[in-house]
Amino acid sequence: MAAIIDLHEVAERELEARTRYPWRVKACASTACQSAGADAVVRSIEATVAAEHLELDVQVVPTGCMGLCSRGPLVRVLQRDVDTETMYADLTPEVGEQIVTSHIKAKKPIDTHVIDEKMPFFAGQEKVVLANGGVIDPNRIEGYVAHGGYLALQKALTSMRPEEVLDEVVASGIRGRGGAGYPTGSKWSLLAGAPGDVKYVVANGDEGDPGAYMDRTIMEDDPHRLLEGLALAAYATGATGAYIYVRAEYPRAIQRLDRAIRVARRSRLLGRRILDTDFDLNIELRIGAGAFVCGEETALISSIEGKRGQPNLRPPYPTEAGLWGQPTMVQNVETLANISSIINRGGEWFSSIGTPKSTGTKVFALAGDLTNTGLIEVPMGTTLRHIVEVMGGGVPDGHEFKAAQTGGPSGGCIPASHLDTPVDYESLRRLGSIMGSGGLVVMDDRTSMPELARYFMEFSMDESCGKCAPCRTGTVQLHGLLDRIATGTGSEGDVRELEHLCQVVRDTSLCGLGQAAPNPILSTLHFFRDEYTDAVSGKEPADA
Amino acid sequence: MPERRTAVPVTFDGEDFEAYDDESVLQAARRNGIAIPALCYLEGLSVWGGCRVCVVEVAEDHRLRPACATPVKADMEIKVHTPRLDSYRKSILELLFAEGNHVCAVCVSNGRCELQDTAVEVGMDHVRYDQQAPARKVDASHAKYVFDHNRCILCTRCVRVCDEIEGAHVWDIAERGAGSEIIAEMDVPWGDAKSCTWCGKCVAACPTGSLFYHGKAVGEMEHSADIIRVLASARGKGEWLSPEVSL
Repeated sequence: MAAIIDLHEVAERELEARTRYPWRVKACASTACQSAGADAVVRSIEATVAAEHLELDVQVVPTGCMGLCSRGPLVRVLQRDVDTETMYADLTPEVGEQIVTSHIKAKKPIDTHVIDEKMPFFAGQEKVVLANGGVIDPNRIEGYVAHGGYLALQKALTSMRPEEVLDEVVASGIRGRGGAGYPTGSKWSLLAGAPGDVKYVVANGDEGDPGAYMDRTIMEDDPHRLLEGLALAAYATGATGAYIYVRAEYPRAIQRLDRAIRVARRSRLLGRRILDTDFDLNIELRIGAGAFVCGEETALISSIEGKRGQPNLRPPYPTEAGLWGQPTMVQNVETLANISSIINRGGEWFSSIGTPKSTGTKVFALAGDLTNTGLIEVPMGTTLRHIVEVMGGGVPDGHEFKAAQTGGPSGGCIPASHLDTPVDYESLRRLGSIMGSGGLVVMDDRTSMPELARYFMEFSMDESCGKCAPCRTGTVQLHGLLDRIATGTGSEGDVRELEHLCQVVRDTSLCGLGQAAPNPILSTLHFFRDEYTDAVSGKEPADA
Repeated sequence: MPERRTAVPVTFDGEDFEAYDDESVLQAARRNGIAIPALCYLEGLSVWGGCRVCVVEVAEDHRLRPACATPVKADMEIKVHTPRLDSYRKSILELLFAEGNHVCAVCVSNGRCELQDTAVEVGMDHVRYDQQAPARKVDASHAKYVFDHNRCILCTRCVRVCDEIEGAHVWDIAERGAGSEIIAEMDVPWGDAKSCTWCGKCVAACPTGSLFYHGKAVGEMEHSADIIRVLASARGKGEWLSPEVSL
């Protein structure tokens, strides 16, 4: 059996090793920066370091996401003796070379590429789950441990009973980050109270909303945080097995999680007798096969079992009979990533962030017509206006803000008149949208709302599993109606029928996909009805 | 001795009835002579819950639930007919008729078809939606039976009866969404499917003219879905076929 890891010793050694280098260059190696050419930048920095014989002075570390993805590739340069950090954006291999020759050697920062980390995009954030993004090397467990990793698990296993862990989670008030906002503590209590010797916890990493990449970032950049959260969930609920279900479109997340699981087992942080206690847990990785509907918990369970990934009827709920017929709890990745902080700092601390009914922080993927796009983590209850106008820097190129879309194909649009809405579960639902997993797409005045609704309906139509009739056939008909309206060939009757069919699909579909698929239409009809009526005004019905 | 079942009071559309606590809402309704239309549900098979025609409203939260998959609870107030439910059922039927190629006048099951009967039951007299007119195949490769996919409503009764009663599992669903189709084995012509036992239970269970015997002309195909209930209950009691029932 492998030796037990001494967390404090590993952390100390890791931090000490860093001080040997006067310079630490942290280069974002997350997917967004990679697609902007981060690899070439890192290679250029490393080559220049070697050419200048600075290997003993400069440590180049690949890290996770720093957030401001629209300005990638991003790099942070730490000068240890004066303890200052400089952030660089929009890098090219040439500028990477200059970072070494000008900034490090000549102490002359390249001002044209420096960005101020006090700018509103960063200043408005409160990082809990993304705390290690842009700080640690995701592939090394030592980095996670150096920043307090696995201390929560150690604390729970050695000094807390499972009920006490569960009590902290209940006290934190955290709610599911996957979209519906079910109280996490209640779900854990259901699983803990379910009879049976075999129980499972499952991390849902099947993030599928277009434009959303919160969970991907957590899994890629801080995989051990997810493992620790999952282990804590299993300990608190009495679960005997754990799975992480990741969509196949996230190969880097799969690779990093796979490595993290192996390393954690070797360090006795997973497997048998974890940290030399009586607690055993194995975590297995399961890969999706390209179906959005597998983010629905019963479909996800079927998929893990090797069956066709389509939703099953509830009741029975997964906490009664889930994976392999045993009590099972499915939790969103971001929810689980919050758990270690809750155990370390207490449920009360967590509930002091955000609003009374929506506690903690939420990660959003800002996208669309904004000056700054990327990942942000803000306290719940931050207003949309603050996110869009201050942090996102507003709509560029002299255009006007028109609407913000939250919740992807299951969500709705929020118009300018409601920009002062605080972002929390209830406020968004009252506006006909949902929190969703955290996608936030901003659209300027050039966007046509019927076209937007058609886009999302095409998505839902393609992703419908086909099990229930209203979703399978209703989404096709809704798409057809929207297509006619958006292309100017629709009639007023089409708009009436659109509204009726939305209600049919919403109220009669089997699972959340179908039930929520009409939301983009219903919310744009509510706030931007003119665009629909203008598109069809004076038109005779096609079949009249 | 069979276990005693507990009777609990429920109401259907405001009238008092007794239901057993191990029944679904649909079973209780049918035992009490209350018609709730349903297409994918078949007594004797597992519950699929896909057609959504049997949705009813339960008073406690006014949410719609499929009657086939909702367990009875004491004092449940169930609404079978409200303006909303009646209009939704009609819409779902219209959606199904628009999805496939359902032309009653040339169908082997005309006059003996559950889809047709259900359309009449819910008062569907026309289809508002665009006919999707899909180009689906007709599989006549089996020596005894034909599968016309144009008339398939994907209720999966054939899939379930073959798997659960016959134990052959010839059928499965391939693709997804609007492209979903029933396939034999790993998508081979039915005639080449070695696992098929020629038992005909899938044909008996089909609610439309999708599965039928070779040689049947318009209006001649009669399905006998009730046989499945008899088979399932006989198996449950450890009996075999009762003499008066024949396939």
